[in-house]
Amino acid sequence: MNHTEERAQQWRVDLRNAMKPKERTDIARVHMPELDAEYRSHTRVEEVNLGLTAEQAMQEAKRCLDCANPSCMLGCPVGIYIPKFVKQIERGEFLEAAKTLKETSALPAVCGRVCPQEKQCEGQCIHLKMKKESVAIGHLERFAADYERESGNISVPKTAPNNNIKIAGVGSGPAGLAFAGDMAKLGYEVVVFEALHEIGGVLKYGIPEFRLPNEIVDVEIQNLQSMGVHFITNCVVGKTITIKDLEDDGFKGIFVASGAGLPRFMNIKGENYVGVMSSNEYLTRVNLMDAASADSDTPVFKGKKVAVIGGGNTAMDSVRTARRLGADRAMIVYRRSEEEMPARLEEVKHAKEEGIDFLTLHNPIEYLGNEQGRVTHMRLQVMELGEPDASGRRSPVEVPGKTELVEVDEVVVSVGVSPNPLIPQSVAGLEVTKWGTVVVNNDTMQSAVPIIFAGGDIVRGGATVILAMGDGRKAAAAMDNWIKNSEQ
Amino acid sequence: MNKIISKEYFSANVIKFEVEAPLIAKSRKAGHFVMVKVGLKGERIPLTIADADLQKGTITLVVQKMGVSSTKLCALEVGEYITDMVGPLGKATHIEKFGTVVCACGGVGTAPMMPIVAALKAAGNKVITVLAARTKDLIILEEQIRVNSDEVIIMTDDGSYGTQGLVTNGIESVINREKVDLCVTIGPAIMMKFVSLLTKKYEVPTLASLNTIMVDGTGMCGACRVSVGGKTKFVCVDGPEFDAHQVDFDEMLMRLGGYRDIEREEMAHFQASPTHS
Repeated sequence: MNHTEERAQQWRVDLRNAMKPKERTDIARVHMPELDAEYRSHTRVEEVNLGLTAEQAMQEAKRCLDCANPSCMLGCPVGIYIPKFVKQIERGEFLEAAKTLKETSALPAVCGRVCPQEKQCEGQCIHLKMKKESVAIGHLERFAADYERESGNISVPKTAPNNNIKIAGVGSGPAGLAFAGDMAKLGYEVVVFEALHEIGGVLKYGIPEFRLPNEIVDVEIQNLQSMGVHFITNCVVGKTITIKDLEDDGFKGIFVASGAGLPRFMNIKGENYVGVMSSNEYLTRVNLMDAASADSDTPVFKGKKVAVIGGGNTAMDSVRTARRLGADRAMIVYRRSEEEMPARLEEVKHAKEEGIDFLTLHNPIEYLGNEQGRVTHMRLQVMELGEPDASGRRSPVEVPGKTELVEVDEVVVSVGVSPNPLIPQSVAGLEVTKWGTVVVNNDTMQSAVPIIFAGGDIVRGGATVILAMGDGRKAAAAMDNWIKNSEQ
Repeated sequence: MNKIISKEYFSANVIKFEVEAPLIAKSRKAGHFVMVKVGLKGERIPLTIADADLQKGTITLVVQKMGVSSTKLCALEVGEYITDMVGPLGKATHIEKFGTVVCACGGVGTAPMMPIVAALKAAGNKVITVLAARTKDLIILEEQIRVNSDEVIIMTDDGSYGTQGLVTNGIESVINREKVDLCVTIGPAIMMKFVSLLTKKYEVPTLASLNTIMVDGTGMCGACRVSVGGKTKFVCVDGPEFDAHQVDFDEMLMRLGGYRDIEREEMAHFQASPTHS
């Protein structure tokens, strides 16, 4: 059924007629219930957002006008049928809403929590044009996915009969999981190879539990397993086995989603002092290795004065983690102003509530250390905003001669990552940019080596969970086509 | 899960394991390492592969008891399993016919040197291996090293075996008597620092295999970074071998000591725990 037919279904018509649009737009946007800020800034794994109640969700769903041309869907990288699932919530059919989500998204409970909705679906909502707050689509998505999981009635998406064609995913992060889900639905035998000892990629090692509990990721993974997806951990494609091994083993298509790799540093003096580390290292220790727990063998510094350099989601995750591990002063150091920060609005709001200091328009130029090589201070250059740069944001320029010396005992550098170098290093014929990203056809995600498709951070350099998932879905559709065409 | 096939004590604190890992055994080359984790809440630690047996599908690891993680690993018996192991990681040693190569290793550094010695010999080099340790009991793998070396020079600090002196004395004696085209060194960072200072003086190109702190070992965390020729390099994907004369060993030593206090606490906690036997 297309959108017009779906929208013409009697239940949708009845719902639309039940309330006037004016009544709908007059309802105030729901507030997500959350843990008390002081309490949560000292508890490491409890999730900040508590989720909507059924009443709150149904009320919020009423705000949606069920537009004839739903612009929200244009903002969704995986094309979720947003009005349909929202209206299913409005009429109380929560399990149906979850099913609708799963038609296009392999990870709805994840997306409901970590997508930058204000830049995507909610950013396109008709309410904004009427100077009203957008429908809380992200909160509703989370509600439906959580409701289904907690109900114990988790629906396994329908899969086509097994076509006995083996395909491989490299990396089990959001791109790999989305790809695996779509290919399993199409009837392929899917094997996903993961380099680490845990499945989930950045969802496990990167995003902290207070924002995305591991248990939720695990349920989504189990869902894929019940669709027949097979996962192999501790296996680095390009090292443990090669792409050629996979081809020889009968794999007909390979989707490389090996993710972000080497953390970027700023190449400033003192950056290799002990206590200065990448956000990847800091978050991997705390999230993947559970280093802050007494029974974990992995150590982690629990700094009292922690500076996190950067303004993205990873920076917010790091600084809020530092606060939870006992930092008296946890700071964001960002060279532009708050307006230019790439982090989700909600993360910035939560961070502020938790007592994080925002040193915006400051940029580190040097770290100082003691005799043991431990970092003790950072020297910050004060910045101001100049003309817009290539990114369209006003570029930060130094205020001549104005610097500050700030005491720190731990610094987390979160200024981006370069793509993982393992696959580009090990596959002959793969076209790679000077930044180390794999070159693909934007429509099909197919690389210069026809059997290899790629997506996520290995192609984009550094992006979001949902964009990676969009790549995974696109690659799945294109690979399916390619395999079918080459069989004829 | 990787099964332990054999376990041999070189000394009370240095143990050789053969571990089932058919895929790694097949793909590994001299210079590669693996990441190993023991227990669900274990730490990921890097260990350089000492040998492999394709028929048996095993790799050989030589482990020295140092902290909690290596002690847990050393407590595993034949038939038990290493919880997680992944590899081979890092870049393989660049092997070609250089001429005369001095392989200088100290302590457990001898184990990862073994495949390098074998590969250099197979490529037609004259291989002179200097084995160094504090005392006779800590000299390991001598027989295996002899098989592929044209000459073996043994140095002990206390003179209990071979010649009394440091690894650098052994290397210098070779440099003083013949032309050396390359030196390869593996051992404690402080030892490699002094080997590097010596060979720099004599302008002998030198490779050092670095063993830094790592978390993932696959090019993600950056914990292993070292300064090489003034540039930041990642040991896990750019190394583990680098031009020793370009490595900032003082910085590396400083970074290696970074977690020493926390590690000492964890070790005390581990030894005090009732389940620790």
